[in-house]
Amino acid sequence: MKKIKDKPQESEDLLLEKDRLWQPRIVAFLCNWCSYAGADLAGTSRIKYNPQIRIIRVPCSGRVNPLFILRAFIDGADGVLVSGCHPGDCHYSTGNYFARRKFALLKRLIEFCGMDERRIHFSWVSAAEGSKWSQVVNDVVNAVYQAGPFTGFDLPVFSKETEIETPADLCKQGPERFAYSIDLMSRTGKK
Amino acid sequence: MARIGVFVCWCGSNIAETVDVKEVAKYAGCLPGVVISIDNKYMCSDPGQRLILDAIQKEKLTGVVVAACSPRMHEVTYRRTVAQIGFNPYMLEMANLREHCSWVHPDKRMATEKAKDLVRLMVEKVKRNQPLYNVQIPVTKKALVIGGGIAGIQAALDIAQGGYEVILVEKSPSIGGHMAQLDETFPTLDCSQCILTPRMVEVAQNTRIRLYTYSEVEAVDGYIGNFQVTIRKKARSVDIKKCTGCGQCIQKCPTKTKSEFDAGMGIRKAIYVPFPQAVPNKPVIDRDICLKFTKDRCGACQKVCPTGAINYEQQDEFVTEDVGAIICATGYELTETHIYPEYGNDPDIISGLQFERLVSASGPTLGELKRPSDGNAPQSIVFLQCVGSRDPLAGRPYCSKICCMYTAKHTMLYRHKVHNGKAYVFYMDIRAGGKNYDEFVRRAIEEDHAIYIRGRVSRIYRKGEKLIVLGADTLLGAQVEIEADMIVLATATVAPKGIEKLAQMLGVSYDLHNFMCEAHPKLRPVETNSAGVYLAGACQAPKDIPESVAQAGAAASKVLGLFGQKELSREPIVAQVNQSTCAGCFTCKEVCAYKAIEIREIKDKKGNLIKFVAEVNKGKCQGCGACAATCRSNSIELCGFTDSQIFSQINHLTDGVTIEEPPGEVPMDAEETQGVSEETEKERLIEKPALAGQKVKN
Amino acid sequence: MTKYAYYPGCSLHSVAKEYDLSMKAVCRALGIDLIEIPDWICCGSSPAHTTSHLLSLALPISNCIWAENQGLDIIAPCASCFSRLKIANLEIKKDGKIRQKVNRIIEEEYKGTVDILNPLQLFNRMDMHGEIKNLVKIDMSGIKVACYYGCLLSRPGDIAGEDDCEHPKKMDQIITTIGASTCDWQCKTECCGASLAITQPKVAFRLVCEVLNSAMENGADCIAVACPLCQSNLDMRQSEVSDHLGKDIHLPVVYFTQLIGLAIGINQEALGLKHLITAPFSLFEEKCNLSMAIAKG
Repeated sequence: MKKIKDKPQESEDLLLEKDRLWQPRIVAFLCNWCSYAGADLAGTSRIKYNPQIRIIRVPCSGRVNPLFILRAFIDGADGVLVSGCHPGDCHYSTGNYFARRKFALLKRLIEFCGMDERRIHFSWVSAAEGSKWSQVVNDVVNAVYQAGPFTGFDLPVFSKETEIETPADLCKQGPERFAYSIDLMSRTGKK
Repeated sequence: MARIGVFVCWCGSNIAETVDVKEVAKYAGCLPGVVISIDNKYMCSDPGQRLILDAIQKEKLTGVVVAACSPRMHEVTYRRTVAQIGFNPYMLEMANLREHCSWVHPDKRMATEKAKDLVRLMVEKVKRNQPLYNVQIPVTKKALVIGGGIAGIQAALDIAQGGYEVILVEKSPSIGGHMAQLDETFPTLDCSQCILTPRMVEVAQNTRIRLYTYSEVEAVDGYIGNFQVTIRKKARSVDIKKCTGCGQCIQKCPTKTKSEFDAGMGIRKAIYVPFPQAVPNKPVIDRDICLKFTKDRCGACQKVCPTGAINYEQQDEFVTEDVGAIICATGYELTETHIYPEYGNDPDIISGLQFERLVSASGPTLGELKRPSDGNAPQSIVFLQCVGSRDPLAGRPYCSKICCMYTAKHTMLYRHKVHNGKAYVFYMDIRAGGKNYDEFVRRAIEEDHAIYIRGRVSRIYRKGEKLIVLGADTLLGAQVEIEADMIVLATATVAPKGIEKLAQMLGVSYDLHNFMCEAHPKLRPVETNSAGVYLAGACQAPKDIPESVAQAGAAASKVLGLFGQKELSREPIVAQVNQSTCAGCFTCKEVCAYKAIEIREIKDKKGNLIKFVAEVNKGKCQGCGACAATCRSNSIELCGFTDSQIFSQINHLTDGVTIEEPPGEVPMDAEETQGVSEETEKERLIEKPALAGQKVKN
Repeated sequence: MTKYAYYPGCSLHSVAKEYDLSMKAVCRALGIDLIEIPDWICCGSSPAHTTSHLLSLALPISNCIWAENQGLDIIAPCASCFSRLKIANLEIKKDGKIRQKVNRIIEEEYKGTVDILNPLQLFNRMDMHGEIKNLVKIDMSGIKVACYYGCLLSRPGDIAGEDDCEHPKKMDQIITTIGASTCDWQCKTECCGASLAITQPKVAFRLVCEVLNSAMENGADCIAVACPLCQSNLDMRQSEVSDHLGKDIHLPVVYFTQLIGLAIGINQEALGLKHLITAPFSLFEEKCNLSMAIAKG
């Protein structure tokens, strides 16, 4: 189940035009202690890498709620990277293990939803690995570039006339709806 | 209504070279909610900082974004600056334009675009920041030291010296630890007892130190500054207040067993004092072998005791103590001598610690070197180093560290006792790093003529009176066969059995070999991941006496530093539970590595229980956010990194250029139509369902 | 009935015929079905790996193909065969490139699913001890056995799969199971010098002297072995050793399978005891009250 909705249905010319201009937009969630510091080190070492990445700092990769990742896609990202401390090196002892488990599940969910798995990435980058960070970024950008622009989950039209379906109803209707139900849950669950 | 100020730094040319700082500032000024946006050559300089302070006061800012270097570099600087004028420091955020942008992206246009994005994300985040206030925690100014070896003794004395109370818990009947068992110490060959016993007496006499011997820590609760520790005082069967330590009971006791203090080389009675200089010098009854307890007869000790101190009915006693800091100094053990079956299990094969007791003047042979099998003085001894250490197949790839030095010492002690005796040492490498250490080993080789053979021993077997050692000399590439009277194995140093239980109680992580883990191997070597718990001595890794003492001093100074503060002030980046929505599933409790989630009962006015909810102990919480990411009902927030802050950053990822726009232009109108205050989270989410098919970066 | 593929190797069809006989007899009694690999070829032993690495893998592997197709594990009683087969299998499992090369040589597709066992490992599998114990009919408690493992049964440690390569115990456990006592001696894994018997006979002789002497001094009545070369080397030099040491050495060197066979009362003829050079008959007659007339043939 790959790429259910990943090809834009537009005229070929426009498509070519977009292909030429298109650059992927990638969000990276970096833990404060290792990966963010690793990215800092890449900076202080002046190691160049692809500029298509936007870093959001979190205290620990364990802080990354899978909803952040789904939300990022909904809000226009083409790819997401989560990076934490190496196993065993977590500043908070076990946070990166939680992140790893959550991520493994999310990856399956994302495949289930028909998304290209090249869009989401997970890496361990320590504070000493500036060059690794740049490598990771370039690899991720490349992978997402291959996957092409993300064009969204298959959402139902959301107008005042349509009755709001409950997440449970949506879940029954198949993978695309299921993804949407996740989205809906993220909205309704908000404080 | 948010009033945000954006301050873009040039960092000389560091940022300005590849980022069009002016353009970024201009762009930021147009973002909704931003009331002032200025750039400066050096924002962190004095005039730069004044710029921020002036703007806060003049524009009545509610939030500040400094677009400069990494927050890991200067966040503290800026937050401290704004705090001076009463502005909440946690309303300031930094956009990382230097390390994450200008230094890594050579293309000026791309870098400028990215810089704009980074600033926009931070503006959105800071709009949702809440003022936070440092967490103040009261500190109980009393320390607990677990383990009464040299490390524990040193730590306790140092803390007491600093003017605070200390509780010292030791599981055996006397303090002193392994050091009390040693004969002489390297590299000076001064008598171990002579330097240790005065310190033990000091502990006993110090009024600030409360000593619990023959006691163990049963439970630890609480957090830094506020631990509650339950200590089990094992039943000594001797009333320590009545006992005068006369020792008549010991003389009369008929039951004997191997003495732990003499490492099995000597014997002790069922009622015993481990060694003559013990502190406290009061006996204890070993209930496992005492006839009174095993067969209900004898009772000789009670009959002879002049003060009636023997009490067979005594029970284990539990005491609870409040302490503010804990030092763990639980030390090490040696593995048993028969780790390698090919070495056999001969009585004349002993461990280094047993050898110490055999040569010690206070040992079972009163310092006369006699081998265990027949009591003759050994004419040749083979010392084997690295028995069980540096052996991945035996599960211990690490170096036991102290063996090279004590083996060299043993050869000297042996040669001083048996002048024409032959001392052979099989070694892998000699690791004698330390002040005067290598000189010491050279002395053993050159002056005391110890014969060092580089290689391993494959087999030991008895041939009549002698033990035959088969080994390899890897320098000569030859097989070696040595006839010896006695073999001394430098067995591996390991963590004490069952120590992981204590580590779990303390919330300290431990490695594969059950040695406790420091918070950082280089920069925080005495702290642990559990705030307020410190390590001293060989519980962390094999250590010799000077190192243990040094670490104990370091741990004590950490404790004194903690106690020196009036109250403990901690960063407010902690989790917070919305107790009205908390369903009480306590999944958060499962994922918390710091045991910071507590269960709280919610009751109505009449006192009926409504529900259980989670509550964060701010003293324990370290702010990792694992709970917030796990909560199923979104009832936990991590202050400073709340869901709404992060979602707002995500939501504004792509407010950039659309394909219809000419490249490079900023879509001002689109931005301006969105008011900040009106734009609640929910509305925005619903109005923008169509996602980012249209966003295309030029 | 448990089935295993059986790889006798050259020795068991020639000098070590008695090992072959007793092995098969004991397995039959224990309900283990040994099926000799059809058209087996030389394992390569020591000559192959000193000439070509690939040859030293291809030879053993071509013997494993049949077993893999049948889905059987292989029993290799000769210590050297066992070692070669095991090493080849491990290397092939570890390195896909080598497997491809070897497969190209043998022109078959070998996956490496076969496990190689020596008889010691076979008889130490889970329930075997109990089964052997149930079958024991003869009281062997009178004899003291020096279990001799030699070099290749337990080493290299990570390849042979022995729990403790410097101090193996499996043979001792079996001998204890059949009721005999074993002695704790220092030469159980020392080299017997077999591979030097022709090129450096003096060295080999010294090593044999040491092993035999040590067994004598530790009060052994006989030496139990599980390797054809150890057996012949220790067995046939005893008169020379006696002359050299100046004391009478008469230590039957028997295969441990022969001891099991005797203990569980297998037809003595089927154990091939008469093929041993140092006659064991008087030992068993004296210490176990066995009549050895049939065995003498």
